[in-house]
Amino acid sequence: MTAIEVRDLVKRYGELAAVDGVSFDVAKGEFFGILGPNGAGKTTALEMIEGLRQPDSGSIRLLGEPVWPRNAALLPKMGVQLQTSAFFERLTAREQIRTFAALYGVAERAADAWLERVGLTEKAATRTEQLSGGQAQRLAIACALVHEPEVVFLDEPTASLDPQARRNLWDLLSGINDSGRTVVLTTHYMDEAEALCDRVAIMDRGQILKLDSPSGLVRDLEAPVRITVAPGGVSLGEAAEIAGVDHAVEDETGLVLSTRHPAGVLTELAERGGLDGLQVKAATLEDVFLDITGREYRA
Amino acid sequence: MSSPFAAVALAITRGFLRDRTALFFAIVFPLMFLVLFGGILTDRGQPQVEMITVGDIAIFEQLPPGAKAAFDDAFDVRPLGDLDAAIAEVRDGDADVAVVMEGRELVAHYTQTDQVKAAMTQGALAAFVNGANLAAAGAPPVVELRIEAVEDDSLETIQFVTPGLLGWAVAMSAAFGAAANLQGWRQSKLLRRLQLAPVAPGTIVGARVVVTVLISLAQMAIFLGLATGAFGLQLSGWWWLGIPLLVAGTLSFMALGLLSGALAKTQEGAVNMANFLVLPMAFLSGSFFPLDGAPQWLQMVSQALPLRHLNDAMLDVLVRGQGPEAIWIPLAILLGFAVVVTALAARLFRWDGE
Ligand SMILES: Nc1ncnc2c1ncn2[C@@H]1O[C@H](COP(=O)(O)OP(=O)(O)OP(=O)(O)O)[C@@H](O)[C@H]1O
Ligand SMILES: [Mg+2]
Repeated sequence: MTAIEVRDLVKRYGELAAVDGVSFDVAKGEFFGILGPNGAGKTTALEMIEGLRQPDSGSIRLLGEPVWPRNAALLPKMGVQLQTSAFFERLTAREQIRTFAALYGVAERAADAWLERVGLTEKAATRTEQLSGGQAQRLAIACALVHEPEVVFLDEPTASLDPQARRNLWDLLSGINDSGRTVVLTTHYMDEAEALCDRVAIMDRGQILKLDSPSGLVRDLEAPVRITVAPGGVSLGEAAEIAGVDHAVEDETGLVLSTRHPAGVLTELAERGGLDGLQVKAATLEDVFLDITGREYRA
Repeated sequence: MSSPFAAVALAITRGFLRDRTALFFAIVFPLMFLVLFGGILTDRGQPQVEMITVGDIAIFEQLPPGAKAAFDDAFDVRPLGDLDAAIAEVRDGDADVAVVMEGRELVAHYTQTDQVKAAMTQGALAAFVNGANLAAAGAPPVVELRIEAVEDDSLETIQFVTPGLLGWAVAMSAAFGAAANLQGWRQSKLLRRLQLAPVAPGTIVGARVVVTVLISLAQMAIFLGLATGAFGLQLSGWWWLGIPLLVAGTLSFMALGLLSGALAKTQEGAVNMANFLVLPMAFLSGSFFPLDGAPQWLQMVSQALPLRHLNDAMLDVLVRGQGPEAIWIPLAILLGFAVVVTALAARLFRWDGE
C-alpha cells in the first residue's frame, strides 16, 4: 500500500526552482528519508506534501487523498514537526503538549504518556524556552505524535544538536514507526539517513538524484573499501602486490589500501601478520553524493 | 480534555500573564500615569485662598451650612493672635489675606501681588458679608444663585483623565498583543502548525479575540476600581455603557495590531510599529490632555482615530452621565474601523517572511 504518492512536483520562487520535478512513492509503514544539503528543497517539498504550500504543478496524494486545498479529513491522520519548534510562548512542556492534544481532541492522559515516552517527565514543568535543543526537539516530536497519526513528517529533527543528543534522538525516532506508522524525515546528515531510513532520496538543487535503500545506494556505487593498517607490518611495495588491491598509499596514520575485494585482501594481510591497527571503512552516502554530483558533500 | 477553543484561549492567557513586559505595559505603566494625573495633580483646579483671622469673626461662624461649605472650599483659614504679624505674613506671601473685626467693620488686609487671588478674595468676602447682612435682617433673599457645572473644566482632573488613560491602556495592550502574536506565531511557524491541526481558523482567531477582550475588561475594572477607590472618581449611572464601547474599541485596536503584524517582518518590528501607531494616536485623541486648545486641523485629524471616538464616548458615559444615545455612533465607527483595517491586514499578510 502506498501512503504517499508524489508526481512531478514543481515549486518556483521567481527564477529559482526550489523543487524541480520530484516524483516518489512512500509505502505504508516505511521510514523514508529525504537527504540533501542546505537549500536543496527538502522543506519546500515536505511542506507541499503536508498541504501547507500549493505546488506550481504536479500531484500529491496522501493516504489516497489530495492534500491541497486544506483537506480537513487528512489533518487528524498526519503528524507534523516543522523545521523550527513551533510552540506557544511561555508554556511549560506539559501545558504545551496538552494544548496540542486538545487541538486534536486527545485526552490529557495521552499527552502525559507521550511526555513520558520522550523522556521529558522531569521537564514537564519547565518552560519550553528553557528546554535544551534536544529536549525541545523531543517535545516537538511528541506534539506531532500525540494524536497517534498514521503518517508523520519530521523536518530535520536533529538539526543543531550535538552528536550525543542526535544519537539519543535516533533511539526515539527509530521506535516511532514500529507500530506500522509511516515516517518521512528530512536530514542533511548522511549517517542519520543510513541509521534510520528504509529508503533515502538524495536531493540536490530541487531534484532527486537517487532513491534507494542506504545499503543499495552504497552498493550501486561499487566504491572501494578502504583498509588501513599500522605502519611497519607490511611494506608499501609488498602491499601493492596483494591480489585485489587497486591502490596503496602510505601516510602518517599507516598504510591505506583501496579494494573491491576486502575479504581476500584481509586474508593476505593476516597471513603476513600485518593486521595491527586495522581499520576497515566502507563507502558511505557521502561517497555516493560525491559520485553523483561531483561535489564534496557539505551539510 | 478541554475543547480546542478553551485550550487555545488558556494557552494565550497563560502566555500573557507570564509576559512581564506585556503586563507592565498593559497595567502598571498606564496606572502610573493615573496615579500621577489623578493623585498628584488633582488639586490644581481651584486654588484656595489662604486666610489668617485675627480674633473672633462672628459672621464666619454663623454662616448657614450651605454657605459654610462654600466658604471652606474657597478659604484655607488659620487663626493668629497678632494683627501686625498677620499683615507681615501677607506681605511676605505666606498668606493671601488677613481679616479682623474692627467694631462692625470687617477689615481685610490683602496684597495685589496675585491679582486673581486678590479679586477672588474681594468678591468672596463681599458676598459673605452681604449674605450675613441679609440673614441678620431676617429678610428672605429676593434672588438666589444656583450654580451648575456644564463645562468640562468643571470635571475634576481624575474625572477627565481616567477614561482617556484607560483608552490608551487598552489600545496599547490590544494592539501590541495582536501584533506580537501574529508576527511571533508566524516566525515560529506556530501559525502553520495550527493550520495543520483539525481546528477551524475561526476557533484560533476567536480565542485570541476573547482573551484580548477579557484583558481589556480586566484593565477597565482595575482602572475604575483604583480611580474610584483611591482618587475619588465619581462614575455616572450609565458607566456600564463603557463595556460595549471598550469591546468595540478593543477590536479596532486589535485590527491596528494585526496591520502592524502584517506589515512588519519581525516580532520586534511589529511591536515597534504598533507603538508607533498607538502613542501618537493617544496624544491626538486626548488621552493625556484635553484637545480643546488644539488647532482645528488637529481636531480634524483626530477624528480619523478610533481612540478619539472611544475616549469621547467613554467620557460621556463614564463621567458626564450621558446615556445610550451617546454610544451608537462611536460604536458604529469603532466596529467599522475594525472591519476595514482587519480586511486590509488580511490582504497585506504574507505567510513567508521574505
Ligand atoms: N518562501 C520562499 N521564498 C523564496 N525562496 C524560498 C522560499 N522558501 C524557500 N526558498 C528557497 O528555496 C530553496 C529551497 O529551500 P528549502 O527550505 O526547501 O531548502 P531545505 O532543503 O529545506 O534547506 P535546509 O536544509 O537549509 O532546511 C532555497 O534556495 C530557498 O532559499
Ligand atoms: Mg529545510
